[in-house]
Amino acid sequence: MPKLNMVEAINLALREEMEKDDRIIILGEDVGREGGVFRVTDGLQAKFGEQRVVDTPLAETGIVGTAMGMALYGLRPVAEIQFDGFLYPCLDQITNHIGRIRNRSRGRFTCPLVIRVPYGGGIHAPEHHSESPEAILAHTPGIKVVIPSTPFEAKGLLVSSIRDPDPVIFLEPKRIYRAIREDVPEGDYTIPLGKARLVQEGKDVTAIAWGAMVREVLNAAEELKRDKIDLEVIDLRTISPMDVDAITTSVKKTGKAVIVHEAPRTCGLGAEIIALINEKAFLSLQAPIERVTGFDVPVPLLKSEHYYLPNPKRIVVAVKKVMSF
Amino acid sequence: MGMFEDDHPLKGEMFQILKPDGTLQSGMKPPLSDQETFHLYQKMVFIRLADQRALMLQRQGRMGTYAPIWGQEACQVGSAVLLQREDWIFPAFRELGATLMMGIPLKTIYLYWMGYEEGSRAPQGINVLPVSIPVGTHPLHAVGTAWAAKIRGDQIVTVAYFGDGATSKGDFHEAMNFAGVFRTPTIFFCQNNQFAISVPRKIQTASKTIAQKAIAYGMDGIQVDGNDLFAVYAVTKEAIHKARSGGGATLIEGVTYRFGPHTTADDPTKYRKEEEIEFWKPLDPLIRLELYLQGRGLWSEEIKKRITDEAQKEIDQAVNEAEALPIPEAEEIFKYVFSEMTPPLKEQMEYLKGTLSS
Repeated sequence: MPKLNMVEAINLALREEMEKDDRIIILGEDVGREGGVFRVTDGLQAKFGEQRVVDTPLAETGIVGTAMGMALYGLRPVAEIQFDGFLYPCLDQITNHIGRIRNRSRGRFTCPLVIRVPYGGGIHAPEHHSESPEAILAHTPGIKVVIPSTPFEAKGLLVSSIRDPDPVIFLEPKRIYRAIREDVPEGDYTIPLGKARLVQEGKDVTAIAWGAMVREVLNAAEELKRDKIDLEVIDLRTISPMDVDAITTSVKKTGKAVIVHEAPRTCGLGAEIIALINEKAFLSLQAPIERVTGFDVPVPLLKSEHYYLPNPKRIVVAVKKVMSF
Repeated sequence: MGMFEDDHPLKGEMFQILKPDGTLQSGMKPPLSDQETFHLYQKMVFIRLADQRALMLQRQGRMGTYAPIWGQEACQVGSAVLLQREDWIFPAFRELGATLMMGIPLKTIYLYWMGYEEGSRAPQGINVLPVSIPVGTHPLHAVGTAWAAKIRGDQIVTVAYFGDGATSKGDFHEAMNFAGVFRTPTIFFCQNNQFAISVPRKIQTASKTIAQKAIAYGMDGIQVDGNDLFAVYAVTKEAIHKARSGGGATLIEGVTYRFGPHTTADDPTKYRKEEEIEFWKPLDPLIRLELYLQGRGLWSEEIKKRITDEAQKEIDQAVNEAEALPIPEAEEIFKYVFSEMTPPLKEQMEYLKGTLSS
């Protein structure tokens, strides 16, 4: 079985799905000849031609808006927005049109498309290249939001996203694009949307994360082992719709939870998860839930980025705080 | 408005004064004196060296991702030199030349690309906005500022610098439209350097020229040889004069070429051929100026060496000063979000400081 990184796994998923389904069209900036700035679509234009892997003019709203039109007509566009910070102008199309066309037309028109976006910090990128906008997207009705945390996960989740009858925003944690290599099978396998993954069983505290933060949590879990603290780790995978059962089942077992996200703290998904736990598992709680998050500031430039990003040290502190309540 | 009539963008001619061989187009006069020309040549040499130094620092791991301007010096020097202290510029992210000309210290420019927020702080009295990385979003601001000045009765102009890729963005069209409707004193300076990362100009727009887009918005547009300092200077001068005297906005398309990569994170061999670069090499803005100045008895290899040495010393100093800056304190990421730090931010800052000291 080939050992692939996340870039290669996503490339493989796109290639295999495009071979099976000629409705799939890739469009975006630099996705064709260049193969994408992260090389995620490398070789696909050579294989499938300029009609199916399209270098567009530099216009994110244009890419996403025309992708909707294509989806209405029965194609399955997979649009790429080059970086997280350039997704913001698309929110008009996503919120006002893509997320609600099924509902508005009472199911007459649908919009099965995927918008892939490399997101998040940690690669010393320039300004506007390190955003974590997932809470804004999860807050948008009619849109599914999927975030893989490993190469294997990325392939299975992307295939499901492409085949899903509804619009999916697929956020790719660019920080771990090449950081993890693991077995990724060729051929068909899917990971269902809306189901979290129990990464590691543990009895003391539930840690909930997604994307690049899963790895930070696992590193923290290693450190905590030395203090005989046994962390249960949940990777949400799909943040909308969220797997509420997975969260509550775990919290009912451990009675304690820490949520880790890179996005700013206020109105981050951590807040939503705490509300859900309050609704579904309040009586099981043995300590207030802790959040380890980014701050309510624009992501700093590279010299100060380390201040912003959650790291194992901060996660360990939070877990110990919960344990010592 | 003779120039804009004579060189109407639908005529399909590019305005040029100084030919690549260093001679003047027949019937054309240089818009600058010998002394002024030499002075601007010197600036262009400085800018090219400062740009190359940034590339080198990035390769050595001493700077983050950097967007080089190599080849676009005439566009930036020939336009920005005409601005006055009360004028404003709104740069994209490939504007080392224009921002230096406006008085942003080289050290400050380096600090930005090295990853310091301080690098986005323009000195008091210099109206240069921080670079705009989201492509094509900032011409709207240039229009708004020009509009405000008009409302206030001030005779300033604003200049938005952007590339060919930016003209595909909706915001660009909205900016052009507002500028047309409200007749704002704005110069839209498009440096058409032929590529938006890997995507060639012909995929950005089916229009024959970018300049002709001006027509639809009811403003003047002109295509100029962006590697010709004289032509850029003459056209921008006319556009500024028009803007200051109430004649509204102008779209200038400077036809140029990006000799370097899009940024240091990019590998241009993936999407462009060596032959193409070879075609553009003799059109380098510095070469024709050197030939011209040589003809005027003002240029020699020795003179070039002298100004290069002087420039390198100044650049060394900027690098040294930039690299002497310590890593910012944690507080710096919270301090400027609002006029006064809010209670949640204070709490977050105290928490961060606590985790750093434990």
